Amino acid sequence: MFSHNTINNVIMTSLGLLLILMLLPQQASAKVIHKERSLYRNILVEDKGDLRCLKFNVKSSKTQQSCFLKSQPERLYFNYTKLLLSSLLINPNPEKILVVGLGGGTMSNTLHQLLPNSQIDNVEIDNSVIKVAREYFHFFENDNIKAISQDGRVFVKRALLKKQQYDWIILDAFNGDYIPEHLMTKEFLEEIKKLLTPNGILTANTFSVSKLYDYESATYKAVFGDFYQVRNLKNSNRVILAMNPEYNKHNADINNLTKANVEALKQALKQFGVDTHFLAQSMSSTQNAEDWPKNTPLLTDQFAPANLLNID
Amino acid sequence: MPASNKSLNPFNLFIYCLAFTSGFSIMGIELLAGRILAPFFGSSVHIWGSIITVFMLSLSLGYLFGGKLSTKSASLSRYGLIFILASITILPVVTSSQWLMESIFLTIEDSRYGSLLASTVLFFIPTVILGMLSPYSVRLLVTNSNESGQVAGKLYFVSTLGSALGTIITSFYFVMWFEINTIIVSFSLILGLLGLLAVIVDKISLNNTSTATGSTCDV
Repeated sequence: MFSHNTINNVIMTSLGLLLILMLLPQQASAKVIHKERSLYRNILVEDKGDLRCLKFNVKSSKTQQSCFLKSQPERLYFNYTKLLLSSLLINPNPEKILVVGLGGGTMSNTLHQLLPNSQIDNVEIDNSVIKVAREYFHFFENDNIKAISQDGRVFVKRALLKKQQYDWIILDAFNGDYIPEHLMTKEFLEEIKKLLTPNGILTANTFSVSKLYDYESATYKAVFGDFYQVRNLKNSNRVILAMNPEYNKHNADINNLTKANVEALKQALKQFGVDTHFLAQSMSSTQNAEDWPKNTPLLTDQFAPANLLNID
Repeated sequence: MPASNKSLNPFNLFIYCLAFTSGFSIMGIELLAGRILAPFFGSSVHIWGSIITVFMLSLSLGYLFGGKLSTKSASLSRYGLIFILASITILPVVTSSQWLMESIFLTIEDSRYGSLLASTVLFFIPTVILGMLSPYSVRLLVTNSNESGQVAGKLYFVSTLGSALGTIITSFYFVMWFEINTIIVSFSLILGLLGLLAVIVDKISLNNTSTATGSTCDV
């Protein structure tokens, strides 16, 4: 006869073992579920338990492009994607949105849920990335939401010719290992500026660790004047938020700038894992804190060694 | 000056040096072409398709024309003139590329054909001329048919080594130190000055040989 305690112990141990067994395959290792060589890179789609990630070139976490939790697809997984939403604290109703750099399309999906009536143009140079986003990341398209396979610079130039304008432009074309240098120059930012509506806002995911930080900051300042930096102490991302300087006088008072929307958007953004109060606190103006050397050279079409500057 | 059978007499060394510089400049310019076209035509893979096609096509035609030209009274002066011509025809890349690319961008919507036309307009002529230098160098270096293969081999070695160095130095360092236009103007200046030097050297040695021995320059 087993004593009550022994039986309890056996049950508890087996339950514990079962639990461990159930968790093990999820934590053990990531599984590559799709692999393809596109014209520009190797594309990997990797499943790690509930998490699905799009990776370029190699199997390291540094090259993650886009991730989402299959059980909570609406939750924004990356911090910097949350930081990009800071634009909504200033202009909560952008009608026309341009996203340069599609990745898994998670940004576009999120924006569509938040702003179902807005038009979203996603520009992505690599057609294979668009296909992978559709197939593995539930990238949603309709009459208002499009993915265009084109170089970002060419798209912007053509859009200007067609006299198009956007309320919000999101630059997210830079991954860790290769930077399209022509999307970082003064000339390109001038074109972006012309593409903004009077209340238009640009948010750009940029570099914050290498030498490129200074060059990039100086170039943005030269084109847009003072801008806002949105950053999170937890990781190394910095988002630059710049407003159309022809119409907006720079307002260094973040609280005043975002006051109207922090509360209004609190509930709407919560489902994406974004805390609007925290987001507003992550913003700072360069007017008070310019943290790069005054004489930093600008990146131009003539001088743009962005990849070389990003080496260390 | 007695004709030397050794391949590395000063005259030959000078020719090799010029061929090296031409190889260096060709690839330096080809590499920068990608950066020059990017603002208007992007950096999609077909941009490099356009650039490489135009450079290969121009070089092939240049070899043909250069070989043909070398059959008629070849001289160091004419060789130098080809360098000077190349130097001049590179300059529009600096002075006129913006409006040229802009008008091509406006007329051709497809960036494949836009970039193909733009690289043709900007790089076809100077690259044809630079390509002419290779067979012309062989003509100036070869003194008997037995060594012609060896001379051609050495020349390809030197000029292609120049191309390799032109590629790596331009992409690793020049783009970090200088503006694109500065690099192109420097290539143009160096080619032009070397061409001028070749013409001067030829005139001096012609005078020397005619006054000293009375014979014509036998290259």
